Amino acid sequence: MSTVLKVENLHVYYGSIHAIKGVSFEVGEGEIVTLIGANGAGKSTTLNTVGGLLKPREGSVEFEGKSILGVAPHKVVNQGMALCPEGRRVFAQLSVRENLEMGAYTRPVSEIAETLEIVYEHFPRLKERQTQMAGTLSGGEQQMLAMGRALMSKPRLMMLDEPSMGLAPILVDQIFEIIKALNKKGTTILLVEQNAQMALSIADRAYVLETGRIVNSGTGKDLLNDDSVKKAYLGG
Amino acid sequence: MLAHLINGISLGSIYAIIALGYTMVYGIAKMLNFAHGDVIMVGGYVSFCFMSYMNVPAPIAVLLAMAICTVLGITIERLAYKPLRSATSLAVLITAIGMSYFLQNSALIIWGANPKAYPNIFKDIEAFEMVGGARVSPVAVVAITANLVIMIILTLFTSRTKMGKAMRAVSEDKGAATLMGINVNFTISMTFAIGSGLAAIAGVLLCTAYPTLMPTTGSMPGIKAFTAAVFGGIGSIPGAMIGGILLGVIEILARAYISSELADAIVFGVLIVVLIFRPTGLLGKQIHEKV
Repeated sequence: MSTVLKVENLHVYYGSIHAIKGVSFEVGEGEIVTLIGANGAGKSTTLNTVGGLLKPREGSVEFEGKSILGVAPHKVVNQGMALCPEGRRVFAQLSVRENLEMGAYTRPVSEIAETLEIVYEHFPRLKERQTQMAGTLSGGEQQMLAMGRALMSKPRLMMLDEPSMGLAPILVDQIFEIIKALNKKGTTILLVEQNAQMALSIADRAYVLETGRIVNSGTGKDLLNDDSVKKAYLGG
Repeated sequence: MLAHLINGISLGSIYAIIALGYTMVYGIAKMLNFAHGDVIMVGGYVSFCFMSYMNVPAPIAVLLAMAICTVLGITIERLAYKPLRSATSLAVLITAIGMSYFLQNSALIIWGANPKAYPNIFKDIEAFEMVGGARVSPVAVVAITANLVIMIILTLFTSRTKMGKAMRAVSEDKGAATLMGINVNFTISMTFAIGSGLAAIAGVLLCTAYPTLMPTTGSMPGIKAFTAAVFGGIGSIPGAMIGGILLGVIEILARAYISSELADAIVFGVLIVVLIFRPTGLLGKQIHEKV
């Protein structure tokens, strides 16, 4: 198994606040890897740094063997990774279809139709609503749109930030089923979640973040049965 | 009455073209570019120089003025506003006001304080006779037509083209747009380019309708067009058009039937009333997002 993403000794600051303090982790090809941790542990900061939105003060981020730190933020998606951001951040005043087209912004127009069909297969609901403004969708539909939009760039690595946030349990199940299906079709997944139970149950491997540091790691199964993880994140 | 109405729509169309520049820049860069009015003045002077000093035919002079204003707009954004992208909006606002004075005073140095008589680019064309005897000047016809054409092109551009959709995406969420691979800085530059190109057209129309050209020529129409943009709902393209035309009509009618001294007070008074009842303007967006 080759390494898709390699993050080493990452330090990120917000002004003078040291948010990420030397985080290192790896994601192998075809894996589902999850970062779990409480609010403010640095999960989203880590993901946003990998996605190019934040610049680290120290450390390295390598995607498929190439450093992405010198790459302009808007060119990171070209490398083959897509970030589905926290809070979905769909373009509320663009239609569902236009949102998906934006996801394929860096790709030739001639290839969009084909990818659109693939996305609609995963999310039939989006096809039904393609002319609707994204802001009028329900929370679950917006999450599907955000994921579909990220898929439109045909990423080899898909990063998902809190896809379950604010969703009803039945929708959470659905979203996680889709993540598993995407992974089966060959997309490597890096998942950030507060819903540790859910995340660990589908993850091959997991890292536990606490106040900007990785404090524990292992396979999803191991961590599900780990006493300290149980106590802190799984409600005993 | 009909003549006043048409004059009002014509003046309003010029306001609308200026307001489009304000509204697009506000919509995408989320800043009030108070130097926009002065780009109109530069457009006026540049076209004046080409026509009066170099005998360039009017249509070519207009195109050259558009090209120069476009470059000027991009340059202003790059030098003055871009370094402040993450600064507070107050800092950007003050910079824009400073830029406005900078342009006015540069014009004062280059062209002097004496007003220039702008050439009538439609001097060979007779005023049109309307039913009922009202006469419509060619500049009114051109202003109204230009406004409609620009509106249609901009609406198609933002709704149909990839670049236009990207602009709307950037206006909503710069971070998410970056994740899509959209170059936010380039998109903002493009917005300034479009707004400043339109300002040049507005400058030519304004100077043709009111042929005294001074370094401060752009500032009052600029402020009125800004008012029109807020009136119609800032950020909205049709809003800029409706706001501009209404403002022009109110101004001309107030001038004709009430008092020419009070006309401006009435214009701004109407704005205040509208904003009390509709704080986001006539077509302003009041979005209720589902969570």
